[in-house]
Amino acid sequence: MRPETTAFSRIPDAALTGTDPPLLYPDYVGTRLRAPKSPLVLLPSSLSELTGPVYGDGALAETDADLTRQHAGEPLGERITVTGRVVGSDGKPLPGQLVEIWQANAAGRYRHAVDTHEAPLDPNFTGWGRCLTDEGGTYRFTTVLPGAYPWQNHPNAWRPKHIHFSLFGRAFPERLVTQMYFPGDPLFPFDPIFNSIRDERARQRLVSTFELGLTRPDWALGFRFDIVVGGREATPLEEPHDD
Amino acid sequence: MTEVLLTPSQTSGPYLEIGLLGGPITNRLVDGSDPRAIRISGVLLDGVGDPVPDGLVEVWQANAAGRYAHPADDREDVPLEDGFTGFGRSGTVDGGRFELVIVKPGRVPWVDGRLQAPHLLVGVFARGLLKRVATRMYFPDEKAANAEDPVLLGLGPEERATLVARAEDGGLRFDIVLQGNGQTTFFAV
Repeated sequence: MRPETTAFSRIPDAALTGTDPPLLYPDYVGTRLRAPKSPLVLLPSSLSELTGPVYGDGALAETDADLTRQHAGEPLGERITVTGRVVGSDGKPLPGQLVEIWQANAAGRYRHAVDTHEAPLDPNFTGWGRCLTDEGGTYRFTTVLPGAYPWQNHPNAWRPKHIHFSLFGRAFPERLVTQMYFPGDPLFPFDPIFNSIRDERARQRLVSTFELGLTRPDWALGFRFDIVVGGREATPLEEPHDD
Repeated sequence: MTEVLLTPSQTSGPYLEIGLLGGPITNRLVDGSDPRAIRISGVLLDGVGDPVPDGLVEVWQANAAGRYAHPADDREDVPLEDGFTGFGRSGTVDGGRFELVIVKPGRVPWVDGRLQAPHLLVGVFARGLLKRVATRMYFPDEKAANAEDPVLLGLGPEERATLVARAEDGGLRFDIVLQGNGQTTFFAV
């Protein structure tokens, strides 16, 4: 029997009409030599794509979600709570989701060999956090407000303050790595990474909101960042057919 | 229809190591002493052939029997394997090089019931990638299964060749080329 052949559609990344940024966004110089240029092959979802990593009951320490308590002393900077709900594209909360974050310290410096910004490291701050969402899909971190920092993309380039987020969703296609920003950052108009998301409303979904109700009086300011993970948005698929 | 308001992707940036490496998810899906263990190594390369030293390669796979450790795979006739999550990740901080220790997954059905050849789903993050790119890795010693794999059959020979690892030093070698000559075939999943 001759194997049946399915013709897959191919779609240039630039023609995908989702909320995600394009792979090639020349204002962000790093994309120029790294963005794949061949059209993407549109695959229907088999069992391989309908499944994905489940973190399960792996033990996390309480201090994994509190970036201010991972060292002998407390880090410098404005203490903040960052919390929000992780939901699927159907609006249902995702419990037991592993949420991983990383960020610069209050001075805008990452604890990383590649970061040569002349701002001080903080011996009491590493800048990573992990937690699992609760039954209602809620995660919560305590950390410090990260600083803005310069980078070499173009003359006098500065990144707005941000925290990197990593989520898994319910299946492989829903994997999401993104950045959370802070409301009213004056650097937004100048940042090619933020502006690589072409839809203004989608871009604003990465900006957390300050909520007085989330502050802990005499302790920490509070920011809300809700996250919707859903993978690829409506894209055409061809039905299998005999060759 | 409900409006879908997904949270958009942003690049992992060059410092993903801080948050995504050194934690509970490692590059060993099984212990290296497992007789079934297969070592996969490769280099992540950019459009001029330079290694990408600030990336992350993640894999997702079925167990050796061909079952995914996920509720959507409810085929109870195929056994789960205690402690096998099917998920691992490796940084590329060592000059663009990544390494993973896996087992060869069993064959799992495709959308129409035909069996797929053993394969891994592979996701790549790096500075300069505004969103994850996704590909698949197949095994060079599975010629018959590869020849009838529904995904490989839907690709041209050059596209297909980028998805099959090669034997090297007792393990497998699988380079990932983000752009340019020999670019790896990437999927919209």
